Amino acid sequence: MSFLLPIQFVLLVFIIFAASRAVLQFKGGMIRFGAMLFWLGIWAVAVVAIFYPETTTQFAKLLGIGRGVDVILYVSIAILFYLVFRLHVYLEDIRSEISTLIREISLKDVKKKK
Amino acid sequence: MKNLIIIPAFNESAVIETTLKDLRHSLMRDKVKADILLVDDGSSDNTGGVSAPHVDYLLTHTHNCGLGAALATGIEFARRGGYDACVTFDSDGQHDASDIARALEKLESGYDIVIGSRFVGSHSGMPIFRRVVLFIGNFITFLFFGVWTTDSQSGFRGLSKRAINNLVLKSNRMEVSSEFFSEIHRLSLKMCEIPIHIRYTKYSLGKGQKNTASMGVLIKLLYKVFG
Repeated sequence: MSFLLPIQFVLLVFIIFAASRAVLQFKGGMIRFGAMLFWLGIWAVAVVAIFYPETTTQFAKLLGIGRGVDVILYVSIAILFYLVFRLHVYLEDIRSEISTLIREISLKDVKKKK
Repeated sequence: MKNLIIIPAFNESAVIETTLKDLRHSLMRDKVKADILLVDDGSSDNTGGVSAPHVDYLLTHTHNCGLGAALATGIEFARRGGYDACVTFDSDGQHDASDIARALEKLESGYDIVIGSRFVGSHSGMPIFRRVVLFIGNFITFLFFGVWTTDSQSGFRGLSKRAINNLVLKSNRMEVSSEFFSEIHRLSLKMCEIPIHIRYTKYSLGKGQKNTASMGVLIKLLYKVFG
């Protein structure tokens, strides 16, 4: 059995930490079950990519990309863009809910000219 | 007809008194019966206090939510108050209150929404760059919402009872102007445009929608369409 490379060890520790956060957030009711599964899936794929880097190269070739590390970068950037987009939509929703609240307060406190 | 003039305002204490006095004077001169509602959108310069003696109703947002949210508050007030028609009117003094009577006439004749357009008839005084930006805004509005208008960013609009009761505005800020057209398309509202007179002053040009803000409006519209 070969020893872990230092980078593999560091990444593994980080992934264990991140996966535990997803589970704890689900238990605390902060994220839904589907969201926890999504993040655990992401980290599981990351574990495979760290310990079996050749699988990423095989996947890259399937997509017509030369190196495994390139496909990881491309997919990561696409996912990040999507998550930022969803985050903006989420913030807009929160802003809208705050406005609704402020609207109701103002409508209850209407000032009429005597 | 029970009519309401909705005026969203944010930090307009420098001009709001003049705007409201002109408005009241015009309504009396044109024999237009309408209540005046000012929605103070979280102003920090006592806009609400200055306006209070000159309006019929005053609503105050405790926090600045944006033009879209202030308009939605005004329309919700009209809905709950059972108004038959309302007109949205800018607080910075650039709109001419004498256009209100024509907008209400159009609504009485069966239109659901009347857009006061700066591009029907004369539009002297508008800087050329702003004209170009507004044309691009009209095109994008058409592209996203399938409704062609000569002035997608106009703040002067007339709404019928059907429009008041069915419009759903979710945009909080400047992008609300385009959202009106998305609602026109969704609800198949009968729309027309009327020429309006605009008084371009240094103050109104400074306070109005900035050309540089157009990109932000575009991004918000993308969120609305794809989000």
